[in-house]
Amino acid sequence: MIRFIYLVPLLPLLGFLLNGLGRKAFSRKAVSVIGVGTVLLAFGISLSLFFETLPEGFLPQTVKLADFIDTGRVKIPFSLLVDRLSVLFLLIITSVGSLIHLYSTAYMQEEATSDYARYFSYLNLFVFSMLVLVLGAGFVTMFIGWEGVGLCSYLLIGFWFRNPAYNDAAKKAFVMNRIGDLGFLLAVFWMLARFGTAEFSGVFEQAPEATAAVLTGITLLLFVGATGKSAQIPLFTWLPDAMAGPTPVSALIHAATMVTAGIYMIARSHVLFNLAPITQTVIAVTGLATALLAASIALRQHDIKKVLAYSTVSQLGYMFLGLGVGAYTGAVFHVMTHAFFKALLFLGAGSVIHAMHHEQDIRRMGGLAARMPVTHLTFLLACLAISGLPPFSGFFSKDEILMAALAKHPAYYLFGLAGALMTAFYMFRLYAMTFRGAFRGSAEQAAHVHESPMAMTLPLMVLAVFSVAGGWLGIPEVIWPGAHRLAAYLAPVLAGDDGEALNVAHLSHATEWALMGGSTLAILAVVAFAWRRFSQSPSTEEKPSTGLAALLDNKWLLDECYAWLVVRPLQAISRYLSDILERNIIDGLVNGIGRGVQYISRQLRLLQSGQVGSYLFIMVFCMVLFFIVQMFWKP
Amino acid sequence: MLTAFDNFPALLIWLPLLGALLAFFLRREGVAGRWALLSSLITFGVTVASLFFQGAQHYALTQVSYVWLPDIGSSFTLSLDGISWILCLLNAVSFPLILAFSLGSPRDRPHVFYGLMLLAQTGLNGVFLCIDALGFYFFWELALIPVYFLASLWGGERRVQAAFKFFLYTFAGSVLMLAGILWIQMRTADQSFSLASFYRANLDPAEQAWLFWAFFLAFAIKMPIFPFHTWQPDAYEQSDSPVTMVLSGVMVKMGVFALMRWLLPLFPDAFKRFDEWVILLCIVGMVYASCIAMVQDDLKRMVAYSSIAHIGLMAAAVFTVQAEAWHGVLVQMFNHGINIIGLWMVVARIEAQLGVRKISALGGLAQKAPSLAILLTVIALANIALPLTNAFVGEFLMFNGLYRHNPWYAGAAGLSIILSAVYMLNMIRNVFLGGTNTMTENFADISLRHRILLSLIVLTILFCGVHPEPMLSLVEQTSDLILKRVLTR
Amino acid sequence: MPINYYLFLSLALFSIGVAGVLARRNALIVFMCIELMLNAVNLLLVAFSRMHHTAAVLLDPTSKAGAEAQILVFFIMVVAAAEVTVGLAIIVMLYRNIRSVDINFLNRLKY
Repeated sequence: MIRFIYLVPLLPLLGFLLNGLGRKAFSRKAVSVIGVGTVLLAFGISLSLFFETLPEGFLPQTVKLADFIDTGRVKIPFSLLVDRLSVLFLLIITSVGSLIHLYSTAYMQEEATSDYARYFSYLNLFVFSMLVLVLGAGFVTMFIGWEGVGLCSYLLIGFWFRNPAYNDAAKKAFVMNRIGDLGFLLAVFWMLARFGTAEFSGVFEQAPEATAAVLTGITLLLFVGATGKSAQIPLFTWLPDAMAGPTPVSALIHAATMVTAGIYMIARSHVLFNLAPITQTVIAVTGLATALLAASIALRQHDIKKVLAYSTVSQLGYMFLGLGVGAYTGAVFHVMTHAFFKALLFLGAGSVIHAMHHEQDIRRMGGLAARMPVTHLTFLLACLAISGLPPFSGFFSKDEILMAALAKHPAYYLFGLAGALMTAFYMFRLYAMTFRGAFRGSAEQAAHVHESPMAMTLPLMVLAVFSVAGGWLGIPEVIWPGAHRLAAYLAPVLAGDDGEALNVAHLSHATEWALMGGSTLAILAVVAFAWRRFSQSPSTEEKPSTGLAALLDNKWLLDECYAWLVVRPLQAISRYLSDILERNIIDGLVNGIGRGVQYISRQLRLLQSGQVGSYLFIMVFCMVLFFIVQMFWKP
Repeated sequence: MLTAFDNFPALLIWLPLLGALLAFFLRREGVAGRWALLSSLITFGVTVASLFFQGAQHYALTQVSYVWLPDIGSSFTLSLDGISWILCLLNAVSFPLILAFSLGSPRDRPHVFYGLMLLAQTGLNGVFLCIDALGFYFFWELALIPVYFLASLWGGERRVQAAFKFFLYTFAGSVLMLAGILWIQMRTADQSFSLASFYRANLDPAEQAWLFWAFFLAFAIKMPIFPFHTWQPDAYEQSDSPVTMVLSGVMVKMGVFALMRWLLPLFPDAFKRFDEWVILLCIVGMVYASCIAMVQDDLKRMVAYSSIAHIGLMAAAVFTVQAEAWHGVLVQMFNHGINIIGLWMVVARIEAQLGVRKISALGGLAQKAPSLAILLTVIALANIALPLTNAFVGEFLMFNGLYRHNPWYAGAAGLSIILSAVYMLNMIRNVFLGGTNTMTENFADISLRHRILLSLIVLTILFCGVHPEPMLSLVEQTSDLILKRVLTR
Repeated sequence: MPINYYLFLSLALFSIGVAGVLARRNALIVFMCIELMLNAVNLLLVAFSRMHHTAAVLLDPTSKAGAEAQILVFFIMVVAAAEVTVGLAIIVMLYRNIRSVDINFLNRLKY
């Protein structure tokens, strides 16, 4: 099957081409079949690949498809890497991807057929790019997918392109990603210059020979790329705005897959990062700061999708914390569980939005539990999972990261736990305001609210199962020795050559039990509080918030800061360059030369007086002058 | 005749010249344009055919030599090697596209227009092929003069001023070059103008220094490099769109080409003294032009400034003298030509329908003209060098070379990568997306002719982006040979 | 005869020509003064030619040194003749138009 690995990305590409070119010719049904079918087929192939990688002693394989650039010292093939890490990501992408494609067939039903086909072609293109990203066997191949997913994100955020605000959000996403991409590219150039190759195998092989400064530089630049794609400080403000896109897009791109590309990239190049402790510290601190900052903003958001978006940023921060402390398996584990429960949350939110006629403000919801039983139940399960309560999946992955963080430094653990408590609070605030209490929407909405069709609830149910059970793949040693299947599966890729187990936490079992129990109790308390507090009070009163709350409402004024610090100065400088420097000075100089010549000519013209006598006089005068000069000239 | 490979360089000059001369006499309505298109297609065919006769060696040095002015040591020597090949190919590909595009819009005195167009093609091919300094200068001007007439006879209201500025500015540069050429000829052993003798000319460092700047100025104005660029936005804005396409698609490449063929191999010592300055100038120009493009409200001026930024990168990459960067430059010259012709086509169609180029006045065209919007989006993405589009290959290699030369330069120049995304997406957002207004309400989608032309461009973009190998292998050998000369002197 | 005589004569003729050109207002006379200057130069040429020839023949009886100057004289004469035809024609036209050959009236050909 590995020989046919190229089919995995090729199928969605085919779907993109078919739906894109035939968007006017195909019927809605044909579009759906092509759109969903290609991803589903890719999922099938991925699954069979997965079984091929299961046996002990499976060796990673590189499949070279063709030469991309091969000139001078730059040799870049198109080659795909099949190992357990990439296959795991293939599974996540294609499984969540096909579920979301299926969900979209119902969610996007209101669109015109050509727009419907456009939507599916973009979505397929996204899956293609994402698959290239994780399958690429070198940093350049990865970069192709990396920029490709950025493009698709741009296209899909601005899918409803008649709305200027959506277009601005799309543009913001693309530009912020590009800032990160520049870092990525510079890292690639550095690797090409230092190692002579940007293929994973070559780079990782030579990495130990490089100096610490080089490795720190390369990894920091790579991390800049990751902050752009995975929405970390300072480049995270695009992600909340990206919620302008259709909700399934938010679920697939801005929660489950694309934003985890940075984590995949760092996990993939853990060899480099392990050799650069400074970068690891930077990553851990950045991740932790992002987790707390985003969680604090999520506390006071009223838009159902915005809460989820900030939650995504915050969860991504956790993953980076995990990467920073060396818990690569933990980070990848959290990527997986997060993909399930966050996709589920978004799809649930989409189901609510769909039912509520595109109402996204949770202050106008409430009491939906009875009207939408499936959505409600799955949403609740997802909330439990993301809050990190046992035995739901989030508990295991978050616990693994936090334990590793504790082993590195207790402060990491404490702040991480604070973030987890905030997560539990805002998630259950969201849940309670949406599904509990009394209905606060308009009468028209009340009449309309209903459970979503099968095509939407089926993915919810499947994802709910994964959200509950997905964590059982990684049960920690302390609970059940030898049950961490995921760590065992990924060990050949992530454990490195020294054979050291990746679960770096070396804590005593008693401590672990105590911490687990303590944090679970604390989370339970927060959940109970939020549930009670927000189920009862209608909280529709609009009193202006003050102090910290106002700052939180305004998202720490970060967008405003960026506007004042970067965007406006840049605009002002550009205006100055364009209107003053370019027009008056540079072009003024060029035109000035022309004008000067004209002026001199106009003055010289006066010599042409028309008086023959004066001409003759000038002639003779010059002749005499010539004689005199010649006489006294001593060369 | 076609079987003899040696004849190709000559054919590439004579065919368009013959076409041009004939076109001047075809006064009948619509005949001249079709003839011009046919002639350019023939040239295209011959250029492509020449690729199949290349034989094993890429640095063919196949020469055709005519006795021209033997008394002063000049013979009319043409040579087709890797770097002239790729530019002749660009010339051969772009002219049919441009001519087919311009056939759609009627203009007065078409026979003169098409005759001059083909004459410009002759001149351009000559510049790329001629390896005799005097002949090179001759073709350099031969390419300039028809374009001057084209720019001043057809176009916008201020076209005469713009064309005059363009002509004087570039001509001032070429005169400096002519002085330099004559000076070097006196310093050659055999008093000859041939490239080979020029390479062997005995120039002391002081001479090299002033000759370097004289030649550099001529090429810098042509490309153009900041701060010698101010003729360009005016000329692009005021010229008729086919003329703008010739200017920006092919003609500005003369400058970059001449850097590689003439400037660097001729003055290796001077180049080593000044390269940092020139690269800095180019990088400043890139960021500067990108910044200005960001705040332009005129579509044509925006594209013009974006082109200045791209050309700046090419020039900087040439001066890094890294082998891969040179390959990148050569490939990018072709790709940039294709992309920018596509952009001009889109701009021209919008202007033809609405009579407006103000970005802020437009909006919502994607609803009215989905095909145009899709095709433009691909071209715009190619312009910002997204992977798997043609420009990525060149820009990747050029940035790589710049990085090897000095990492900080690559970082600074990289700012233009970000800025290019800003202005291109701004343009898409303001022109194509959003809601329509009273003016754009009745915008109709482009006709089949333009759809085919733009699709051809898009296909080229994707093909060259996914499979750049053939083009790279075409230029590699020649480029490395010239580079070796520059570096080992 | 010493060359000095010719030189002084030529200088005198030339000076008279210059003075005439500068001082007189009649176009015909200005014209004749120009001819005078030309012929002063011719005289110089012939004189020097003779001098060189005499000196060269002493060394080599077959020498043709100095011949070029004579040729140049003829050349100047021819050019002068051509110039006269054009100049006179202009003066005639001038007279027909303004009924005068005073060059001070000729001031319309300016900027």
